[in-house]
Amino acid sequence: MSEFALKTSLPSYLAREQERIESIAAESGLDFFPTVYEILTYDQMNEIAAYSGFPNRYPHWRYGMEYERLSKSYEYGLSKIYEMVINNNPSYAYLLEGNSLTDQKLVMAHVCGHVDFFKNNFCFRSTDLDTGGRTTNPAQRPANYDPNRRWIDKMANHGSRVRRHVARIGINKVEEFIDHCLSLENLIDPHAAFRGRRPDKDPDADEEVAAVPRLKSKGYMESFINPDEYIEAQRQKMQAAKEKEKRVPAHPERDVLAFLLDHAPLERWERDILEIVREEALYFLPQMQTKIMNEGWASYWHSKLMTTRILDASEIIDYADNNAGVLATSGGRLNPYKLGVELYRHIEDRWNRGQFGKEWEDCDDLEAKKNWNLRLDLGKQKIFEVRSLYNDVTFIDEFLTPDFCREQKLFSFNWSSRNERFEIESREFRQIKEKLLAQLTNNGNPLIAVEDANHDNRGELLLRHSHQGVDLRADYAREVMKSLVRVWKRPVNLLTAVDGKPVTIRYDGREHSTRQMRP
Amino acid sequence: MSLKIDQDHSRFRSIVRGKIRQNLRKYISQGELIGRKGKDLVSIPLPQIDIPRFRFGDKQQGGAGQGDGNPGDPVGGSDQGDEAGDGKKAGQGAGEHSLEVDVTLDELAEILGEELQLPDILDKGKSKIVNAKDRYTGIRRVGPESLRHFRRTYREALKRQISVGSYVPDKPVIVPIPDDKRYRSWKTEPEPVANAVIIYMMDVSGSMGDEQKEIVRIESFWIDTWLQRQYKGLESRYIIHDATAREVDRETFFHTRESGGTMISSAYKLASQIIDDHYPAEEWNIYPFHFSDGDNWSMDDTLTCVEILKQKLLPRVNMFAYGQVESPYGSGQFIKDLREHFQKDARVVTSDIRDKDAIVNSIKDFLGKGA
Repeated sequence: MSEFALKTSLPSYLAREQERIESIAAESGLDFFPTVYEILTYDQMNEIAAYSGFPNRYPHWRYGMEYERLSKSYEYGLSKIYEMVINNNPSYAYLLEGNSLTDQKLVMAHVCGHVDFFKNNFCFRSTDLDTGGRTTNPAQRPANYDPNRRWIDKMANHGSRVRRHVARIGINKVEEFIDHCLSLENLIDPHAAFRGRRPDKDPDADEEVAAVPRLKSKGYMESFINPDEYIEAQRQKMQAAKEKEKRVPAHPERDVLAFLLDHAPLERWERDILEIVREEALYFLPQMQTKIMNEGWASYWHSKLMTTRILDASEIIDYADNNAGVLATSGGRLNPYKLGVELYRHIEDRWNRGQFGKEWEDCDDLEAKKNWNLRLDLGKQKIFEVRSLYNDVTFIDEFLTPDFCREQKLFSFNWSSRNERFEIESREFRQIKEKLLAQLTNNGNPLIAVEDANHDNRGELLLRHSHQGVDLRADYAREVMKSLVRVWKRPVNLLTAVDGKPVTIRYDGREHSTRQMRP
Repeated sequence: MSLKIDQDHSRFRSIVRGKIRQNLRKYISQGELIGRKGKDLVSIPLPQIDIPRFRFGDKQQGGAGQGDGNPGDPVGGSDQGDEAGDGKKAGQGAGEHSLEVDVTLDELAEILGEELQLPDILDKGKSKIVNAKDRYTGIRRVGPESLRHFRRTYREALKRQISVGSYVPDKPVIVPIPDDKRYRSWKTEPEPVANAVIIYMMDVSGSMGDEQKEIVRIESFWIDTWLQRQYKGLESRYIIHDATAREVDRETFFHTRESGGTMISSAYKLASQIIDDHYPAEEWNIYPFHFSDGDNWSMDDTLTCVEILKQKLLPRVNMFAYGQVESPYGSGQFIKDLREHFQKDARVVTSDIRDKDAIVNSIKDFLGKGA
């Protein structure tokens, strides 16, 4: 492990603060993994941030690119990274050297929120590992939950695996293949971990078409109870289903990367790299699925803990100054910190005052609704439940209310081709919610699934994009097709739609062709 | 201390410079080398390589935002509806957009100087007056009341009152005591007064297209920026010419398109005239820059140009710069003629600018001498 990962000594005054803040957080009901803090200088911070928080990853130029971006924005005074924490057990969090004590306390309180979220939100259970470092079935969660999430080690292992391939095959070849895999990185199934692997079919099982089950009947009733036409139709249906079973994949497969791992003719090092890319993509997935909830939860708790328990009076101004920066929205952008924290507060308030359930929904007296207060005090219990059982999509879907949209001045926007700019479209609740959910669905990625691995009976791959009103970006799509061909090693077809008309885009390794389909 | 990231970083730099993995170059975010923004702020796009993925087209999707405004108003900022407010959390995965960085022109000139290793310009002793200039750079606890920093003082007072408990939220009266007061403090810096004028001349004949003009625009921006830093009180004059020359303002200079022939001598005559009228050589550092596609009307006119240069311009200027932009129509003869006639004269600098990528080298040609 690298030098600083072992050098875990925190200055004693910060270690004392950590102990104090964590005990306050635990008293407030947060439940987190043990957390190891590191103090980093700003260039170390930029390095670690470029590696998304991990001290050791496989070599790739994009980390260098990210590092340059971060260091330049730091040097020009545009942004600085205050805090970083990774989903690992124990969790690692980083503090920036030279920050004021108030800032460090703020970071620690914020981190407690994040780690509690990592440990308790259901999405993150897909990152639990077994002793061999493979992901486990997240559906089972024993009491005394203390999962193995040694992703720091796992990422470092990925690093050494890739370095070994580089030493054997050469950096250019390996790097190029990594680039191709990264182009496919978002073609994973968010539910893959929860579904588990589909059971392998027993190859020797029922070669014969099983007989159509007949209802019991006496001989003379047979032709009425089990009419021949019906039996024949059923037989054909079963036959067809069986034919379909033989297709690969039997059902459209959204986990394109898993499908390629299982079926593409890959060399061993190629398979190894594709597997690494897929595992890491799945690791980061929960963080993308819960961005609003996770940041909102951490912000909710840092502000609650800081203002009620942690700070003394002389620090409050500096804290408020900083906190205002974190939660600021500018230029009409949504700030996930802000949206999240406000929505949690909204939920807490509603459940404290009993503003839910049938009676509340049915009430259409505005005055009564405004003063509705049953003094149930269920707010705290509710938000803890929410942080365990929801992700961003369900969070917004269930708890966004018209009142909330109005108070928070939310709006939906669209591209105006007449004025060549993005314009505010509406402040209607329905439209806002629709847009927000569309942004969050599948983490903003198009839905694409493998349809057939033997398209046209020529071993070509057929993918289908479920078009939901927005076209794919054409130039990118063509490049991704190249990457697919590189992995599949046969021509690849993509069913999608352009300007409302269905088309098939095909890439055969040399050129792209587009064919209009009959609608 | 060496960082592990250095290896990945140098790999990325080599890709950007096109040394390795040339096929990736096409994903490098394009963008103007430099864009002027506001009065003296510019934005530099950082090179970012976008890994292609299946994703939605940019403009169809729209999204949700937060803030003031009515339906139909433009959304402030951009399409990135969900970027974090202050970059607190590390970005995950590859960066998707080029980041625009605002820097002041002064900083920019410094970066430019470092990047191209430009020498500072030698003072020719034309003006050695030094002014003292005060710059407000910091905060201190003592100072005259006229320099009191209101916000800082207020903040200190607020802090003090909250910590001693004399702050009443319902009656928020903040009374600063002398100890709370904060004052602006300054540094005095010597500032040489030097006078310099740049005379830009551009061929706007039919053969100069938009692309060529774009190159001239970017190049002259950099020259402006660099000389601006070297000389306080820099003036710029603009001359456009086809078969005749006229003086125009900056805006017109970059947006005029004429058709017709090219008489370069007309521009040189006008430049000489301007110097005669306004800029006596003993007080001014004079920098004429001429951009053209090198297609002059006739050999006779070229000889006239050489004559004007020798007799009138060169004796009075610090340096004469000629940049030749490649165009599909120009013969590109003029640069050869100049080089032939002024082979030994260090005051004449010529540079071939083939495309946008050549701008950087050409700036180095022009400014690398420190003349």
